[in-house]
Amino acid sequence: MTQHQNHGDHNHGSLKSYVIGFILSIVLTIIPLVLVMNQMMEKTALVITIMVMAILQFVVQLFFFMHIREGEKPRYNVQTLILGLVIVFTIVAGSIWIMMFNKY
Amino acid sequence: MWEDIKEFASTFFVTGDPLIYGADVSIVLTILAIVFVLTKYKKWGWLWREWLTTVDHKRIGIMYLISSLLMLFRGGVDALLMRLQLAFPNLEFLHADHYNAIFTTHGTIMILFMAMPMMFGLFNMVVPLQIGARDVAFPFLNALSFWLFFLGAMLFNLSFVIGGSPDAGWLSYPPLSQNDFSPGPGQNFWIWGIQISGIGSLATGINFIVTILKMRAPGMTLSKMPLFSWSVLSSSIMIIFAFPILTVTIALLFLDRFAGAHFFTMDGGGNPMMYLNLIWMWGHPEVYIVVVPAFGIFSEVVATFSRKRIFGYKSMVWAMMVIAIASFFTWAHHFFTMGTSASVIAFFAISTMVIAIPTGVKVFNWLFTMFRGRISFKQPMLWTIAFIPCFLVGGATGVMLAVAPADYQYHNSYFLIAHFHQVLIGGVVFGYLAGIYYWWPKLFGFKLDEKLGRWGFWFWNIGFYICFMPQYALGFMGMTRRYYTYGWDRGWEDLNLVSTVGAFMMGIGFIFQVWQITYSIKHGERDTTGDPWDARTLEWSIPSPAPFYNFATVPQVKEADDWWATKQAKANGTYKPEPVHLEPIHMPKNSGIPIVMSTFWFLIGFGLTFGWVWMAVIGFIGVAVCMWVRSFQYDTDYYVPVDEVRRTEASLGRVL
Repeated sequence: MTQHQNHGDHNHGSLKSYVIGFILSIVLTIIPLVLVMNQMMEKTALVITIMVMAILQFVVQLFFFMHIREGEKPRYNVQTLILGLVIVFTIVAGSIWIMMFNKY
Repeated sequence: MWEDIKEFASTFFVTGDPLIYGADVSIVLTILAIVFVLTKYKKWGWLWREWLTTVDHKRIGIMYLISSLLMLFRGGVDALLMRLQLAFPNLEFLHADHYNAIFTTHGTIMILFMAMPMMFGLFNMVVPLQIGARDVAFPFLNALSFWLFFLGAMLFNLSFVIGGSPDAGWLSYPPLSQNDFSPGPGQNFWIWGIQISGIGSLATGINFIVTILKMRAPGMTLSKMPLFSWSVLSSSIMIIFAFPILTVTIALLFLDRFAGAHFFTMDGGGNPMMYLNLIWMWGHPEVYIVVVPAFGIFSEVVATFSRKRIFGYKSMVWAMMVIAIASFFTWAHHFFTMGTSASVIAFFAISTMVIAIPTGVKVFNWLFTMFRGRISFKQPMLWTIAFIPCFLVGGATGVMLAVAPADYQYHNSYFLIAHFHQVLIGGVVFGYLAGIYYWWPKLFGFKLDEKLGRWGFWFWNIGFYICFMPQYALGFMGMTRRYYTYGWDRGWEDLNLVSTVGAFMMGIGFIFQVWQITYSIKHGERDTTGDPWDARTLEWSIPSPAPFYNFATVPQVKEADDWWATKQAKANGTYKPEPVHLEPIHMPKNSGIPIVMSTFWFLIGFGLTFGWVWMAVIGFIGVAVCMWVRSFQYDTDYYVPVDEVRRTEASLGRVL
């Protein structure tokens, strides 16, 4: 049994799904960049738009690159996903909370 | 033409300091000596085949260990230079810039290029053996991790003779680390040295999580897994969540410096405090990343040398897992004095105190394991016993620092310096040394000499307290960190001199250890049994040094401390050996790609450090080609025939 066959046991997505994921990620990165560079929005709307783009890209990466739907034991996937979400939430919300010091 | 070269060289190489000229000479002589020896004894091919291209986890572990000891030497010399400068008031031994560079490189090297690789060395040397596996889950990636670390570390160390060292502190806070205040390549060396080795660290974290979850011997459920492997799992979980934060933060800092972005600048909407916020989100888990494996080592050592099962196995596992998660909720205590809302400060002060609880649980478990045990004071146990009071004081001063109002007094004073050295030396260094002494026979087939080791131990320990206890007092007396000198009028001279004496005692301790290793290579007690300490876990069931395939037959695990249970059964006469059935062993093939690809990463780092984009482009193309080539390599593994396994085992004195 060669390594190649070993790797063939599971389906890790097709070329098409990788390309779609890649293009979606690029587009979702370029949108905020264009908005900021051309100053196309006022501040609150801009911040919200950037965050929405970030969340969308997070979802894209989970489905197209992380294969969140696959695997033998989805329970592990869910557990690690919850842990990851907790940490991501801590990073984002914690930073905003700590950095509000000059706003009150 | 000649003038151009001269002008280039005068800025490219670091000039003007006799200490550095001395270092230049010694570096060149060392390289010449190595090249000469390798050529004279025709060892280049051997070096390439057996070491530089190896994917064997034990050899990668040994290479990590050697590199980390070299880095310990360099970081230690930095420390001694600093202590010399501070030994007396108004000394002119180092000037201010040189002192800044030295405390920066001391901190970065000790955490990222000494503690991390020593930890990865222990992961590699022990985990597969301990869980009954033949290698890690991704051997090729493991080799790549090592070479990324190594070339990242070399890039960082190069700054010492080429271009100039970074000098904005070990975490390079902006605005000081921005172009305005730190022009030149020094800061870029810092960024790229850490970036490149950081990729390797992240990959190692993934590798060991998969190894531990997927490659345990049959029968070894998670609840029967040895505690060191648990600690590695805990540490690896922290690595995969923390290191991406570091990578992103430093990438943003690089964009500020290289592309004129405004993430952490003072103007243009940037916020330097955001850098502190982000870097400590990595930085706080990082200290737990390095200390939790030390806890795992102590758990193994205490059980073995007390000849008892570890007390409170389950609470140990829970404590390590709670630490892994809770360590992500304490980062703001590193910058209480920034000034933020009272609720933020209260939250982080309490979370910092809460994380001391699982650590306390572990200390009690070690004590209860020793209670009524038959303790033998071999070297690993000595370091473990020395660790407990040292870490206790370090932890207590940590809780003092967590009290936010009081922290406004201690912040960035020598009190803080003494605290984190006490937990990092008393916890991490003592732990790793205990682990190295403990597993050394398994790796090399001989024990390290007891007598010389004891000299080293006492010099380290007494030196430690002489060095750092005065620094607590100096902190209270108003001495803040990073002073390069001070006047007679401050009244700090006595304690500083004492502290310097202690630092040099630790240096003598290190020399004893180097002597101990070189002495033991010839005269150390040989380990013929494979189980020199009468230990408890699977790695001791195979010969020392372990054969390259580790286990001739995959062990069937029945209980926790399985090897101990087997030995007990043999002594009682109730042991029923399973019929040995040898099969061809599936092993990964060596590969030169990791070292080549990491060299291209080095080119990327070096090019971007000096702003030579063409060189970075060559590097990126090289990395891409390496990935391409590897993607289409299918002949990456082979089988060891049964005959060869039988012959190897017979040569190690085992009949199958």
